[in-house]
Amino acid sequence: MSLGSTVATRAVVNRSLRSSGTDWRGLAFQAVLLLSLLFALATLAVLVIDIVSRGLPVLAERGGDFLTSNLSSRAGSAGIWQGIYGSLLIAIFVAVFAIPIGVMTAVYLEEYATDGRLTRFITVNIRNLAGVPSVVYGLLGLAVFVPLTQTIGGGTGRSILSASITLACLVLPIVIITSSEALRAVPGALREAGYGVGASRWQVTRSLVLPAAIPGILTGTILSISRALGESAPLIVIGASYTFFSTGQQDAISQLFGSFTALPVIVFGWSSRPETDFRALTAATIIALLGVTLAANTIAIYLRNRFELKW
Amino acid sequence: MSQIAAPPDPQPTAEPARDAPLGTRPVPAADAAERSAERRPEPVIEFRDLHFYYSAFRAVKNINISIEPRKITALIGPSGCGKSTLLRTINRMNDLIPGIRTEGAVLYHGENLYDRDVDPVEVRRRIGMVFQKPNPFPKSIYDNVAFGPRVTGYDGNLDELVESSLRRAAIWDEVKDKLKQSGLALSGGQQQRLCIARAIATSPDVILMDEPCSALDPRSTLQIEDLMAELKQNYTIVIVTHNMQQAARASDYTVFMNMDEDRAGYVVEQDATIEIFTNPREQMTEDYVSGRFG
Repeated sequence: MSLGSTVATRAVVNRSLRSSGTDWRGLAFQAVLLLSLLFALATLAVLVIDIVSRGLPVLAERGGDFLTSNLSSRAGSAGIWQGIYGSLLIAIFVAVFAIPIGVMTAVYLEEYATDGRLTRFITVNIRNLAGVPSVVYGLLGLAVFVPLTQTIGGGTGRSILSASITLACLVLPIVIITSSEALRAVPGALREAGYGVGASRWQVTRSLVLPAAIPGILTGTILSISRALGESAPLIVIGASYTFFSTGQQDAISQLFGSFTALPVIVFGWSSRPETDFRALTAATIIALLGVTLAANTIAIYLRNRFELKW
Repeated sequence: MSQIAAPPDPQPTAEPARDAPLGTRPVPAADAAERSAERRPEPVIEFRDLHFYYSAFRAVKNINISIEPRKITALIGPSGCGKSTLLRTINRMNDLIPGIRTEGAVLYHGENLYDRDVDPVEVRRRIGMVFQKPNPFPKSIYDNVAFGPRVTGYDGNLDELVESSLRRAAIWDEVKDKLKQSGLALSGGQQQRLCIARAIATSPDVILMDEPCSALDPRSTLQIEDLMAELKQNYTIVIVTHNMQQAARASDYTVFMNMDEDRAGYVVEQDATIEIFTNPREQMTEDYVSGRFG
């Protein structure tokens, strides 16, 4: 209907305003989008239901005992305490190693480095590093960090410390990339305002840019630590244990240099055992692992909101 | 750090009306130099054959203008003619952009700001800036004003400095009861006056304003203009504006710029504002101020 005619009477306008029929293509497109979403959700739901239905009975039956017992080859007394302990320590050490180095690298690349060919070369390669398979980092750890920690702390070198350094290297590119993005999202007007009142680059970066970028940096870094929490391949290459080992008489320091395990490694180890009892234990361990990861993400969200309120 | 000192002593005041603004009247060169020495106050800012490049692109060229102390000088001209670029050469704000290059000199009290050993951070402490969009820091009102003095190592009474800066920016009465609240919670016009207070707090003697009212409503715009008239007793103000009424209302001198065929900006005419708007020498100026182009 065209309103081109000279008399735009009410009737003409009325007719031209009514839609000319149902938009089938639009509806079809919307349906496809919805189906994709449902597919993703359904996969997740099946996974969670399967794990919970098999793992929950173990947790219900053994309760705290399962969470606080050490590894064992007897399903009846096997627990995951060493895995929880190992995973938490690894998360802490990964944060200690990866966050300062990663954030400082990002600050240098975004705020200090001139946008030359070298900078772009480095940036591209950091992105490539983020795509390197994690098992390769395991080999790096085995070749470099295991001998290194062995020299420092004795023992076999197959320890929480060498595992943490290895996983820190694994997540470092992710920390750098997410921090860079957070820094880039800080509006240029804020930097200009700072320079405009005579602040130096260091003052602008420290007092204005970093505080503004902290929510984004925190989100990215804590998500990368969640990633480290879920890695098993590099730890297996390094030599994490998934059978019985004793930590009974060791103090905290020597535990850093001694045998270790982590939740994903236990999942791997137990899922490849022939005994059916261990299937249920595996599921229960996965629930614990999901719980730890969820906790890390919750902390991330909490910290982000907290720092955003400071604006 | 010495730049915290009060604004410099008053320059010898300009002589009355017959005193020609800088470089405006066609006078014999030698004569002009002689007369300028005896009559005009020392210019605060003086451009000498300034050319400015973004990489290979020459953004402004052949700039030779002077900025009088304690006056408001307006830079007007069509979009893209390099007004903002020229303004930002005065406090070396362009240094933040990679690939820029300057030829010629910008003299500030006779010192070339582009000498190799000049620190752009020190330049910006003496030549404050107010931006197009109000851009308070995401901090409290107090901290917004105190930021500059803090980073420049001010060791006097910070509370007093914050209060006097806010008073000078004509916003004290509106914010005195909520100094701890975020500067971002203020209205646009208040934010811009807060930004002016922030610029004043480092005790500059020049304030650059890059279209400070373009994001404001008419009432806030008038408030800022009144404030500028107040501030020029103590500060030299250079303002870029798209609004010709604003230039006519608020400025003492006007510099009209245009873009040449090579897209480089240049100065067409500079004179007392009243001359530019009522009796321009160049046809192009007349066409622009009467709204026939740009």
